[in-house]
Amino acid sequence: MLYAFLCCHDEAIVNSWTKEEDDAVLAKRHRVTEKLAAAGRLGPAVRLMPTTTATTVRMGRDPVVLDGPFAETKEALLGFYLIDCGSLEDAIETAKEIGRDEKVVFEIRPVKLFLPKGAA
Amino acid sequence: MTDLAWIDPLLRSARPQALGALVRYFRDLDRAEEAFQEASLRALTHWPQNGPPRDPTAWLVLVGRNVGLDEARRGKKREPLPGDEAISDLDDAESNIAERLDNSHYRDDVLRLLFICCHPDLPAVQQIALALRVVCGLTVKEIARAFLISESAMEQRITRAKSKVANADVPFEAPGAIERAERLGAVAAMIYLVFNEGYSASGGEAHLRVALCEEAIRLARLLLTLFPAEPEIMGLTALLLFQHARAAARFDADGEIVLLDDQDRSRWDRDMIAEGHALLEKVARHRQPGSYQIQAAIAGVHAHAARPQDTDWSEIDQHYATLERLQPSPVVTLNRAVAVSKTQGPAAALALIEPLAGVLGGYFHFFGLRGALLAQLGRLDEARIAFDRAIALAHTPAEAAHIRMHLDRLMRDGEIWKSRQKNRAGDGGAPRSFSV
Repeated sequence: MLYAFLCCHDEAIVNSWTKEEDDAVLAKRHRVTEKLAAAGRLGPAVRLMPTTTATTVRMGRDPVVLDGPFAETKEALLGFYLIDCGSLEDAIETAKEIGRDEKVVFEIRPVKLFLPKGAA
Repeated sequence: MTDLAWIDPLLRSARPQALGALVRYFRDLDRAEEAFQEASLRALTHWPQNGPPRDPTAWLVLVGRNVGLDEARRGKKREPLPGDEAISDLDDAESNIAERLDNSHYRDDVLRLLFICCHPDLPAVQQIALALRVVCGLTVKEIARAFLISESAMEQRITRAKSKVANADVPFEAPGAIERAERLGAVAAMIYLVFNEGYSASGGEAHLRVALCEEAIRLARLLLTLFPAEPEIMGLTALLLFQHARAAARFDADGEIVLLDDQDRSRWDRDMIAEGHALLEKVARHRQPGSYQIQAAIAGVHAHAARPQDTDWSEIDQHYATLERLQPSPVVTLNRAVAVSKTQGPAAALALIEPLAGVLGGYFHFFGLRGALLAQLGRLDEARIAFDRAIALAHTPAEAAHIRMHLDRLMRDGEIWKSRQKNRAGDGGAPRSFSV
């Protein structure tokens, strides 16, 4: 089963990391994800720009375009991984491994439809 | 858990909002700072035991308010607040409180805190020092090192600044729309000052100044999170990102300034540039041009060019023309002249800046550009005089060194120039930009 790992984090904290701290987190995660990639289990991984760059389109009779993210919460969606996991238990273990020593929150969501090339 | 390193970023990122709320409660900066300090100390003992609270900011505000009230109790009956032990657990009390300290309050709290630092009676350096100390929470030592002055001198400077703002009447009610806009404008200018303080420095201590640029970007992003639809705050954030993206390429190994044209563009930070462009795209939809947006757009054109010769100078010229209309200033015209020299040649640019000789008679960049344009036109003796004047007006050794390099080039190329002039009327060599 393909799972999406939605990485939610307090953006103010992530933004206050120095370049070195940021690089260290990425390097630490990479040590886990490279194993997943080697096993052919890692799908696309995405890191989003800060929510200050977000635009929200709220549909209705007159669609409204708003500056900012959908939800103005402390913890924002900052990125996600798609990882092939044998079970939910396996997915939870994987999340623990990726996020080790971090304050990140992972929301694990099974993927219903995945079109890597955007094909119809 | 023995490693407390994880707490520091939590305290740092909570600081502007928590301190801002405490200033609203106590209506006194010193008392609020003491309360925040005490709350932070308690966090260091409570959080490792109980885990971080769900909302560290709300926790710090409550504990800080509690501490402050305890200390200030003057026999007056006040509504008792829960002890910090009671709220340090992840219980309902905390989430209720967190809801009450909602975003709309935080917005104006942070804005007020920043606004207090922009008191018009404070000279720029004091505004910067105060903001770094109060809002960003840098230590006096860190700020003193960035300013290359002694710790005690910086301590004095901050104390003086604080006593000035203590006497200023900053209203504590939620500001109206016009007042909020005025505060935003003043705060944006102050953030830009913080950035420039870090950006314009050079020499061995440059790495310390980089921290000021990073703090300014953090403040701009914070402000934009709180006011997500303010075009000028988007513009400011984009501008700072574009400028800071070049940080690694702006100085050589000896700490000398490397001009935009000579920078190794592979060392520019692509993430920051992409974020700047994303913000510019967003802000364009508002159709409310402002000076930060235009300056960001200009920086964006530079950032977009893979090589100096790919720079779209006519677009830059247009942006400067808009800026001249919006905010006429001789310095803007001077900058526009650089673009004009690229699109129409040095003679047109020189004609544009000659009328500025009076107002910019003491301005380093005026003589730097004038010298460069004259050199391109082959008027070498006049160029030398302008460069000499620029060196006399330089603020930093790096600026002076940079002009000396031009002078050396002039001397070296002088003979070549003279022979070339015989064959070709002066359309100049590669014009050089003075913006770095």
